[in-house]
Amino acid sequence: MTTTSEPPLQLTAGEQLVRPSTSLGVLSRPKGDTGWQSWLFTVDHKRIGIMYGAAALLFLVMGGVEALLIRLQLAVPGGSVLSEDAYNQVFTMHGVTMVFLVIMPMAAAFANYLLPLQIGARDVAFPRLNAFSLWCFLAGGIFLNTSWFLGGAPDGGWFGYAPNSGLVYSPSNGMDFYALGLQIAGIASLVSAINLITTVLNMRAPGMTLFRMPVLSWMLLVVQFLLLFAIPVITVALFLLSFDRLFDANFFNVAAGADPLLWQHLFWIFGHPEVYILILPAFGIMSEVIPTFSRKPIFIAIGFMGWGVWAHHMFTSGMGPVSVAAFSLSTMFIAVPTGVKILNWLATMWGGRIRFTTAMLYSVGAVAMFTIGGLSGVTHAVAPADTQQTDTYYIVAHFHYVIFGGSLMGMLSGIYFWWPKMFGHKLDEKLGKIGFWVLLIGFNLTFGPMHILGLQGMSRRIHSYAADSGFNLWNLFATVGSFVIAVGVLLFFWNIGVSRRRARGAPPVGPDPWDARGLEWMTASPTPTHNFDRDITVTRQDEFWHRKWRIGDDGKVTRIARSEDVAHDGSATDVHLPSPSYWPFVVALGLPLVAYGLIYNLWITGLGALVILGGLYAWVFEPPDDPEAHAHDDHHDADPSDDSGNGASGGGTSPNGDGEPDSGDGTRQLAEAGVAGGPSAQATEEQP
Amino acid sequence: MTQTQSAQPEVPAEATPPDVAADGDDHGEHHDHPSDRQYVKIALILGGLTALEVFTYFESVHNLGDAAIYVVLIVLMILKFIYVVAWFMHLKFDSVLFRRVFVAGIVLALGVYLVMLTAFRIWGV
Amino acid sequence: MTDVADPEAARTAPASTGHEAAAHPPTTTGLTHNKVAMWLFLGSECLLFGALITTYMFAKSRLPAGEIGPNDVFDIPFTSVSSFVLLMSSLTMVLALSALTRGEERTFRVWIAATALLGGTFIAGQVYEFTVFYNLGLGYTTNIFGSAFYTLTGFHGAHVTIGIVMLMSALVASLRGRLSARNAETVELIGLYWHFVDIVWILIFTVIYLFPQ
Repeated sequence: MTTTSEPPLQLTAGEQLVRPSTSLGVLSRPKGDTGWQSWLFTVDHKRIGIMYGAAALLFLVMGGVEALLIRLQLAVPGGSVLSEDAYNQVFTMHGVTMVFLVIMPMAAAFANYLLPLQIGARDVAFPRLNAFSLWCFLAGGIFLNTSWFLGGAPDGGWFGYAPNSGLVYSPSNGMDFYALGLQIAGIASLVSAINLITTVLNMRAPGMTLFRMPVLSWMLLVVQFLLLFAIPVITVALFLLSFDRLFDANFFNVAAGADPLLWQHLFWIFGHPEVYILILPAFGIMSEVIPTFSRKPIFIAIGFMGWGVWAHHMFTSGMGPVSVAAFSLSTMFIAVPTGVKILNWLATMWGGRIRFTTAMLYSVGAVAMFTIGGLSGVTHAVAPADTQQTDTYYIVAHFHYVIFGGSLMGMLSGIYFWWPKMFGHKLDEKLGKIGFWVLLIGFNLTFGPMHILGLQGMSRRIHSYAADSGFNLWNLFATVGSFVIAVGVLLFFWNIGVSRRRARGAPPVGPDPWDARGLEWMTASPTPTHNFDRDITVTRQDEFWHRKWRIGDDGKVTRIARSEDVAHDGSATDVHLPSPSYWPFVVALGLPLVAYGLIYNLWITGLGALVILGGLYAWVFEPPDDPEAHAHDDHHDADPSDDSGNGASGGGTSPNGDGEPDSGDGTRQLAEAGVAGGPSAQATEEQP
Repeated sequence: MTQTQSAQPEVPAEATPPDVAADGDDHGEHHDHPSDRQYVKIALILGGLTALEVFTYFESVHNLGDAAIYVVLIVLMILKFIYVVAWFMHLKFDSVLFRRVFVAGIVLALGVYLVMLTAFRIWGV
Repeated sequence: MTDVADPEAARTAPASTGHEAAAHPPTTTGLTHNKVAMWLFLGSECLLFGALITTYMFAKSRLPAGEIGPNDVFDIPFTSVSSFVLLMSSLTMVLALSALTRGEERTFRVWIAATALLGGTFIAGQVYEFTVFYNLGLGYTTNIFGSAFYTLTGFHGAHVTIGIVMLMSALVASLRGRLSARNAETVELIGLYWHFVDIVWILIFTVIYLFPQ
């Protein structure tokens, strides 16, 4: 189609800050493509995404071990594996870990890796801030878990209801770690949200309108908006709790007139969007996987879900009948868009020629499990029924079907699907399928019986139960099931090792092993550092698929090009990339210091503040693009536009959590250099 | 925060993520910035409004009744808010995207927090 | 963006791509990353201060009778003056930006210093106010009103302080010749933050101080 000469790919802020080099010249920059330093100080969105994923899997193991401890304790009546106190800590940390340190970062992994690729960009809008988000999240997660060794983990439940989480009822430092650790992880989410929204709004490839974006990109974008507006609410709630615990404030001091509902409202104003934050990325993944393996385009109808239902988590809290009725109605309405979404997936599969790969199995499994969880969820909208079910194992069953069955299985589907894109080889299909069935059976064996336990009246969070309560049989089932799940997870990790070993010497997997649709498949696997060799001009939804296939007038689909011919081979050498930096890591290191100091000694807080301040100033005055070093082979002399790019690298100030502006950051340096005569001077993009 | 709801009738009150209108044709949004003289004029208006606000504090006005004072104060506050946002923050002249993001934040905040305060029955009714 | 109209930028920009880049800033929306990010951040801040103000209103409504409350401590004339000071700092802020975009760096420095000074005056007033309240018997832990009041105004004060640090950094950068019309956007973003902090105080002043208690 178009073969006219177009300007080069310039995914930049457009502002050329021409001024004398402002590099302070004091500190050198991290260099090199390999070794631990290249990971620790990277600003590459793909490496950051992989590290998010690895960290999430690590925390998954920890949260999983905590879950097994819970199940061991409850396997038989009067269990004695854990003391009451330890049990409180274990179930609290299990919830906190799975929600904040597994599902959310796993979604962040996909967002970081795939969002820029799916919209045809070279990186995110603020690469260094992106690195900061990762280290900040990791700092928060590690800080939280050090509480195990420092006098006891949080023990007030994952939603930390005050005043139960106050000093009187939770005198150990555990809940301080909870409040401060989540605060740090919250900063990571907020910064990441701002970064990724800016990326999607500002860095789409030519022709990639918002409505041509893949469903996953859309879902991730919506999630970032939810985070943007939900995180500040939990921030305030956590501050209030911290101030109560650390500085004797009175926000939740009932004796001084406070109302415990304050915490509940603030927490669930955050918590309800949080439910969508947990599930929507998985929805997006399923919406990529299912059409690919049904060989049909996705059937789309997206409903934007409301915020007005947070209080259905609080029907039994004594808010008053009118409030309960209002929230009850709005909660029932939520079921409608969710049901529509499920019908979309079914309609997509209907009449498609389905390939049951592991990724497809996980997606279909996730849809099924989520549907069960959704159906049990609708029963909560009826306030009187909810009154009976609240704080029983019925609720435990419900949200595990949604979050484990829906979110986590959806993410596992995504891992199997995008693994070849990330690492250049597929995960073993046979092991994967066995693992899927083991996991699915174990999952239902564990959480299915919990419905019955809940209806029988077994409370959640109880440390043990009497032999004559009638809970024995199903608890034993659930415990057995939980170990089956553990086997399934171990099979997954084993698969990673086996597939990696087998991939050595095997033929490369090619850019597009699944015959998929998104732009991320239009470049080599594993994705080269610079993502795309050339600018991609998008003319319709599923651009890449349409370049491979043609739909004839009779509706017949015929292949018109091989994936390898359409995709870029990743050989471009003249792309400017943002340079690695020490400072995001350093600044993130300061945050847990501040937090430890608040608990133990304010001098440490001062030290942490100094680290943050120093790191920020160094960051601000560091050019985002190192004039001396280039990851790729450059052709400066042939390229006049390049020079201005370097001279322009000024130290702006950075948009850190304080909202300092950052005029120097951004991706000005991502502008493709090869205009005037580099080897890949073809700035045009051939289209079938 | 709670009183700005009526402040924004002229802008679309949508809490959904902004759909960036069309790609790249926001350039036309950049009108000429106000002159320094206009800025000073706005500041004078703001100062005057503040003086009016403080005036309600004095006893002589109090026989108006609390309800009237609330209304007057809220209106004055909204006016000040709009003047600063529209002129000093250039929202009047800048891209519609910024307006949508900011209004989304304000509307969402108003929505959830007003409902929350109502659930707490703090309005004394 | 700002350099579209800037002759010097046009001169130093390369001829091959500079023209197009200047005419059509190569982001999808035509807006810079930094400004989009800043507005997103401010949108998020609405929810933060909304929660704090809500907490305050709730706390005040639950203050047990007889405890030290707003009527016992508030000094409206004094707070009015410091509110006015902060309001006027918004004027000096826009004048600073306007001077910088015109390339009048000396004028810019005067106005940016004035803004920082007015902000500092406001903070000094807040410190004084806190001291007076404390001496009147309202400590942070005294009652639910004290906790909520100091937390809300403290959060605002912290934001102002961060703003002052940014203003001072801009002033220093300008004195060292590293801030000119071409990067006026940096100052514009600091300004957006500063005005936002100002409008939060407009809300706080009315809702917390002026509403009949």
